[in-house]
Amino acid sequence: MSDASAQAAVCWQPEIERMDREALEQLQLERLEATLTRVYRTLPFYRQRLDAAGVDPDAVRSVEDLRRVPFTTKEDLRASYPYGLFAVPLRDVVRLHASSGTTGLATVVGYTRNDLRHWGSAVARVLVAGGVTREDVVQVAFHYGLFTGGFGLHQGAELVGASVIPMSSGHSRQQLRIMQDYRTTALACTPSYAMHLADELLEAGVPRGALSLRLGLFGGEPWSEGLRRQLEEKLQISATDNYGLSEVLGPGVAGECGEKRGLHLAEDHLLAELVDPVSGAPARPGAVGELVLTTLTKEAFPLLRYRTGDLTTLTTERCACGRTLARMGRVLGRTDDLLIVKGVKVYPSQIEAVLVALEGADPHYQIVLTRRASMDEATVLVEVSEAIFFDEMRRQSGLRETIARRLAEELGVHVAVRLVERKSLDRGDGKAARVVDRRGA
Amino acid sequence: MLRIRNLEVAYGRRLALRRVSLHVDQGEIVSLIGANGAGKTTLLRTVAGLVRPAGGQVLFRGRDTAGLATERVVALGCSLVPEGRQVFATMPVLENLLLGATVQYRRGRRAEVEADLARAYRLFPRLEQRAGQLAGTLSGGEQQMLAMARALMARPALVMLDEPSMGLAPLVVKDLFAAIRTVRAEGATVLLVEQNARAALRLADRGYVLETGRVVLEGSARALLDNRDVQRAYLGGEPSAAREGERP
Ligand SMILES: Nc1ncnc2c1ncn2[C@@H]1O[C@H](COP(=O)(O)OP(=O)(O)O)[C@@H](O)[C@H]1O
Ligand SMILES: [Mg+2]
Ligand SMILES: [Zn+2]
Repeated sequence: MSDASAQAAVCWQPEIERMDREALEQLQLERLEATLTRVYRTLPFYRQRLDAAGVDPDAVRSVEDLRRVPFTTKEDLRASYPYGLFAVPLRDVVRLHASSGTTGLATVVGYTRNDLRHWGSAVARVLVAGGVTREDVVQVAFHYGLFTGGFGLHQGAELVGASVIPMSSGHSRQQLRIMQDYRTTALACTPSYAMHLADELLEAGVPRGALSLRLGLFGGEPWSEGLRRQLEEKLQISATDNYGLSEVLGPGVAGECGEKRGLHLAEDHLLAELVDPVSGAPARPGAVGELVLTTLTKEAFPLLRYRTGDLTTLTTERCACGRTLARMGRVLGRTDDLLIVKGVKVYPSQIEAVLVALEGADPHYQIVLTRRASMDEATVLVEVSEAIFFDEMRRQSGLRETIARRLAEELGVHVAVRLVERKSLDRGDGKAARVVDRRGA
Repeated sequence: MLRIRNLEVAYGRRLALRRVSLHVDQGEIVSLIGANGAGKTTLLRTVAGLVRPAGGQVLFRGRDTAGLATERVVALGCSLVPEGRQVFATMPVLENLLLGATVQYRRGRRAEVEADLARAYRLFPRLEQRAGQLAGTLSGGEQQMLAMARALMARPALVMLDEPSMGLAPLVVKDLFAAIRTVRAEGATVLLVEQNARAALRLADRGYVLETGRVVLEGSARALLDNRDVQRAYLGGEPSAAREGERP
């Protein structure tokens, strides 16, 4: 443990962030009970759900009792588009955002004045945990708009008292120029955009010494320790991960402290559970599971047991930083990516990793799921170059066998492999459909 | 200081409190607001040992007080200033105050009682002027001061007040609330039940809103003052649409 962590780290709201767990549990129980009472009274959706499940909200008397309450899913939110799950009249709402959602309808979320205040302080916590102070110049390079990233980080940074540059995303060269001229010390954006900026920096020939950057506050998408190392090295910063989703709050749901060993959750505003994504039962202690969140203070858009679709771990172990708030691990993937092939769990990212590592295989691929005798089977279609496809049949079958073997080694289950012509897989609007599910067919 | 979990209180078959959880930390002023019949008095009386709960837990300074006799609860450091300023009308003010010091007398601490009396008079100088007067001849405001001063004579760590402002003129209420502030500054913790929600929330750090025996809202006093449901139900309506932005 570093010297710095021996003494308690600076917190934005120490009375919450270092609260003893017993007092926190009392607070969570009080807020959960009030939320249930309010939601049951005001929202027919939840009233019907609870009634159908035979759950009397008055009978929920502990955090464990919450497990009897049915889950709320993304589909439920879509079905109530746009305002069906608002618990207050629209005139009490002072801000509207929407979740992007690559498929289907967006989800509109509303915030009351109190909701905005809570959101701001939750983001401020994450920023301060990541090292931001009022001395910093924070360049917010998240998109400003319906997406919660830009405005979320903005109001948190402003609350901390930093000098906030509302850059939004895009216009990389301009970002870099402002970063130099305004002496930006902290960059808030997605890790992939940070990587793009780092590459642009190199390309533009800007010497690193021309920047004042010292912190990176990255979130909004899954990334890795490997990418953290690269970003910290290329930009010479300390980079922390923060997590959020607009349905629940936006950024501020959780963020890393200086220890960089898990993201502290805003447990005074949210109740976090980890469940087995298939059975919905509580995940085994220490196991990977799907994060399920219940809001505890939301006035406009409360949610009961929302399935985030994000796979992670959860621990209440004491952190060396002194915060007592539970930590989630990095998001490891999405449940909607999770494939179960012949009983074995497979993530498309694992398949991609194998393909990328193999020379000759293009990382353009598609996983086709079929079902035979109630067993799921997967076929991986891989695009190969024209030369290989037309001229070298023997090499081709060699490549196919190599891919199949390596996939079997990696995944622990055999999947069929087919080579297809370049550009034969539908890329739609730029995003290839990675998984085609024909199990129902 | 006080931690209540899933408190349930029934009068016969009728549930007055259904599932109430709340807490009051050391040094806080917490306000409990709600309409008539919401269960506020019931909650205070249960904590004070005057009503036996049907379920749940009341922890005062770590001890389960459910079912304890009132004198025991007072001795533990929790005093109630009841609804309707119940003073002994046919006794002089001084006698009323000394009745509040029963715990101290039993412990043989007469010197402390003198000091407490001096403190009560500092807090409410009018009581000293009227020390020999029968309590029944005091004005409503003075009786409320007496009720509060009497509770303080037991040196409570937690003072619970049940609608102290009821039926009093605004100026008197102002004095009374200033006294509550002083009491807190001197180290006591306060649980304040009020129908005058605005005044109570301006004084309090946090609050709970009770409706038909359940907590429907809780939060910082500021958040409750800003909550539109609270404004509509307890603060006499929301600010006019055009002036919304001007509120401090
Ligand atoms: N002694 C009692 N016997 C029967 N019912 C009671 C008694 N006291 C209160 N109640 C009922 O319990 C409910 C809660 O009352 P109370 O705690 O006095 O509310 P509040 O103080 O918020 O006005 C009310 O509906 C009231 O009619
Ligand atoms: Mg009452
Ligand atoms: Zn930590």
